[in-house]
Amino acid sequence: MKILVAVKRVVDYNITVHVKPDGSDVDIAGVKMGVNPFDENAIEEALRLKEQGKASEVVAVSFGSTASHDVLRHALAMGADRAILVESTEKLQSLGVAKLLQAIVLREQPDLIILGKQSIDDDAGQMGQMLAALLDYPQATFASSIKIEENEAIVTREIDGGTETLALRLPAVITADLRLNAPRFVKLPNLMMARKKPIDSVNASELGLHIQPRLTLLKVTEPPARKAGIKVNSIEELVNKLRAHEGIQL
Amino acid sequence: MSILVLAEHNGKTLNPSVQQAVSAAQFWQAPIDLLIAGGTDSILQKAASITGVARVLHADAPHFTHALAEDVANLIVSIAQDYQVILAAHSSYSRNILPRVGALLDVAMISDALTIQPNHTYTRSAYAGNVHNLIQSIDQTQVLTIHGSNFAAAPLGANTEIVRIDTPAAFTKTRWISETLNASDRPALTSAKIVVSGGRSLGSAEKFEEVLSPLATKLNAALGATRAAVDAGYAPNDIQVGQTGVVVAPELYIAIGVSGAAQHTYGMKDSKIVVAINQDPDAPIFQVADYGLVADLFEAVPTLTAALD
Repeated sequence: MKILVAVKRVVDYNITVHVKPDGSDVDIAGVKMGVNPFDENAIEEALRLKEQGKASEVVAVSFGSTASHDVLRHALAMGADRAILVESTEKLQSLGVAKLLQAIVLREQPDLIILGKQSIDDDAGQMGQMLAALLDYPQATFASSIKIEENEAIVTREIDGGTETLALRLPAVITADLRLNAPRFVKLPNLMMARKKPIDSVNASELGLHIQPRLTLLKVTEPPARKAGIKVNSIEELVNKLRAHEGIQL
Repeated sequence: MSILVLAEHNGKTLNPSVQQAVSAAQFWQAPIDLLIAGGTDSILQKAASITGVARVLHADAPHFTHALAEDVANLIVSIAQDYQVILAAHSSYSRNILPRVGALLDVAMISDALTIQPNHTYTRSAYAGNVHNLIQSIDQTQVLTIHGSNFAAAPLGANTEIVRIDTPAAFTKTRWISETLNASDRPALTSAKIVVSGGRSLGSAEKFEEVLSPLATKLNAALGATRAAVDAGYAPNDIQVGQTGVVVAPELYIAIGVSGAAQHTYGMKDSKIVVAINQDPDAPIFQVADYGLVADLFEAVPTLTAALD
């Protein structure tokens, strides 16, 4: 069984981004970048399935410029067998990336595609569902557990108020929630070894797809911050203040 | 021109956020149809009572008992040609379904719109709420989810016509097996008037329960948790408040032992009144709290619980 995982290069989750003075976009020049955290869960799960003997190959794919080589190297250092970069100078949005990924799926024919449930820059959370729709594949989003049984993936997914378990006939698309696993740390020797693993390049324009952005970014602003209130000195003072508010019954 | 609102329900009740979605849909000043896949009579009656809806469309079939995203998406696509806008309140239900609809219609979806403006323009947050993007869609059909707490709930009191519609054949490649719902007598997190939320400072699952539960019970509040507390195993994931969990906007939000990381405040900063109790006077949570108390939570919370008698 072959597993394909998609990896996105995003601003490190510890960094608070700021808006460019002209409001055209966020200013990420020189900012620390890394693998989207949910994508690390996806890679980890694929590797665990390989270690259990359920999968034979794990292929990582990313999109954009060669700057994304670093996140693919990270996936390789975690243990992915090989990587593919779909190079594009276009501003990539979820639907466009879903189409590019569909083309790679048709070429690679994986049995399972695992993605992060959302990226922490756009926070859109659309890619997996869009990919599954384009391929007419079954989908399980927000997965917290994956088991492979014969030709099905048994997936427990996080829903409001609890969990739901689905059986997806393979090939299928699954998106990873944080609780799926704890991604392994990359050791230095593995990082060195990852340099020897291949990263193939595919030129997006050769795939003949309509991936132009449909959403135009008009302006980026920093939202008004919630104002800090007052410090109270005791529970008694707190309760008195709260009781003075309309609509709060204590 | 018509608007289609996808109505979320859990097989027992209609989600209150449907009223917010209807209110958001009124922006376009066009007839609004409310789509319900599966559901019971009482869900249909509740839906029909929401004001501002032209028709309630009911799709009933055995495969909607535990509706799969694949089936609901195919249902929406089967009637999509009649609609210029397809929307729902943002939740784990809608975000499972509508991206699938977007791709099937070749439409870029707008997730969690904070505002709706003329000419297919919206604001939405990115980077865990640190920035707001003003975006314009060039698609003919708009597919979006809206940030429920930014829209007033459409009032009840109507008696709208319920129309039964045809359903496409079931998607057979996915099989529903089971669900496990956390038994709780507390109000639902997303609609509770008061939320009591705990962070990693609680120290253990036992302390989380022992310290927060009596307060939540006394206030008839929902319990929430930070991602750190969830990751540490103190609380279940479905009560995680924040960018990667649920977004709440109660009348009163009480953050206990919560540091106030951006990823958490994203999920609660629309709360009307925020109270923070934390031992660290420099914790960022105090910057978003109306009332802050610097105190040891293990002493302060029981005192607060007792003070509410």
